[in-house]
Amino acid sequence: MQSINLPSILTPDLGLLFWMLLAFLIVFFLLKKYGFSVIVNMVEERKAYIDESLEKAREANEKLSGIRQESERLLQEAREKQAEIIKEAKATGDGIVREARNKAEQEGAKLLEEAKRQIDAEKENALRDIRQTVAELSVQIAEKVLHEKLSDDKNQQQLIEKLLADVAKAE
Amino acid sequence: MKLLRYILLFFICTAFATAATASEQKDEPVDVKEIVLGHMSDAYEWHITTWNGHHVSIPLPVIVKGEESGWHVFSSARFHHAPDGIYEGFYLNEEANGKIYELLPDGTSVRPWDFSITKNVLQIWIAAALMLVIFIGSARWYRKRKSDSAAPKGFVGLIEMFVMSINDDLIKPSVGEKHYKRFAPYLLTAFFFIFTTNLLGLIPIFPGGANVTGNINITFFLALATMLVVNFSGNREYWKEIFWPPVPAWLKVPVPMMPVIELFGIFTKPFALMVRLFANIMGGHAIILSLTCIIFITCQLGALIGTPLTVVSFALMIFMNCLELLVAFIQAYVFTMLSAVFIGLALPEEHHS
Repeated sequence: MQSINLPSILTPDLGLLFWMLLAFLIVFFLLKKYGFSVIVNMVEERKAYIDESLEKAREANEKLSGIRQESERLLQEAREKQAEIIKEAKATGDGIVREARNKAEQEGAKLLEEAKRQIDAEKENALRDIRQTVAELSVQIAEKVLHEKLSDDKNQQQLIEKLLADVAKAE
Repeated sequence: MKLLRYILLFFICTAFATAATASEQKDEPVDVKEIVLGHMSDAYEWHITTWNGHHVSIPLPVIVKGEESGWHVFSSARFHHAPDGIYEGFYLNEEANGKIYELLPDGTSVRPWDFSITKNVLQIWIAAALMLVIFIGSARWYRKRKSDSAAPKGFVGLIEMFVMSINDDLIKPSVGEKHYKRFAPYLLTAFFFIFTTNLLGLIPIFPGGANVTGNINITFFLALATMLVVNFSGNREYWKEIFWPPVPAWLKVPVPMMPVIELFGIFTKPFALMVRLFANIMGGHAIILSLTCIIFITCQLGALIGTPLTVVSFALMIFMNCLELLVAFIQAYVFTMLSAVFIGLALPEEHHS
């Protein structure tokens, strides 16, 4: 292989090839193991980490907005319940007052009636007493009158006749 | 205004320098081809400069196995110190691009097994060491950290961004989402190896400057690696499309025309990879070196022609260097992308299950 006419940069050179092979293989294996793979792996890991972090942030945001909605909903609910409770309480209070008033009225009416009845009864008693007293007095007066009037026979006769006439008239 | 002043200063300095060079060098004609090819070639020493006729260079170890004398390890400086340039039976054959040849006892000379640490080999190891330091050093940053720690800043951040952009924007879409993880380490190594050596090749002095990716052996190796990866990872569908492609039957039954073309394609694809990278880098180096030679050629013609042309060629050199920075990246990118695409094509979805 005498390629003397070619310039040396175009001449095959086994020694140069050998050293090139050796140097390239050494560089290749060392860089493959300790150089490029480390850098590339790290960058890819970092990329994965960033992607994951972004995903997490998105999820957290979603969760946060969910929580905000939930809390608003709860607040609204609580407000509604509060209003309802107040309304109910008012209604109950009104009812109690009304009932109390009714009861008081009824009770008052009852008391009044009782009083009236008692008064009536008293009045009756009083009338009865008066009537009895009047009757007794009348009887006494009549006795006294009769005592006076029947002191002679003539009068007694007149009276019996009159009484008889009355009875006969009545029959 | 400030910029204008700097430009003016630059012109004056270049003019003086050229005038000085022109007055000194008038003896020998400049051999452009020799200079350009010489600077792009592999060598047994790392030439830095020539000062007053003295070569200032870093001698590199020579490792050769002779026909009978076995292994020899010595410094390349021995050739210069030896009286006739022959050391232990070995000499640099100027007729064969200055490669080491062994002088046999019978007078003939043969090429021995040559595993010398040449300029290119040293440059490859420098690039390899640089890559290991940069990437393993960057990877160390992650060791104490978990995935929930912040992304790195500064240099490690740059490296991470660079690696990930090649990994995610080049390899992943070219090979395909499903399989790319298996091939990413090879493709990343190829990309950064080519890119590093391309960039180092643009540095004019010692730690860089060797023409590694502009040497056919290197691009041959890289293309061969891609070819092996492609064909060893090709699935049944891939081989079916080569030997029994979905074309009209007369194209493959009596004369297997399409299978032959497809089979040929297995080799042409990596061949194109090899030549593309080699030619681009070699061309870039050649242009920059030629522009440098213009300075010396024109200065020999005299300071009057030399001065303006030096300024022009200097400005062009700056432009070319910037362009080569771009090419260094683009060629590494293209090589990796095409390798990734070929791997992706070797893993088609099975049409029928």
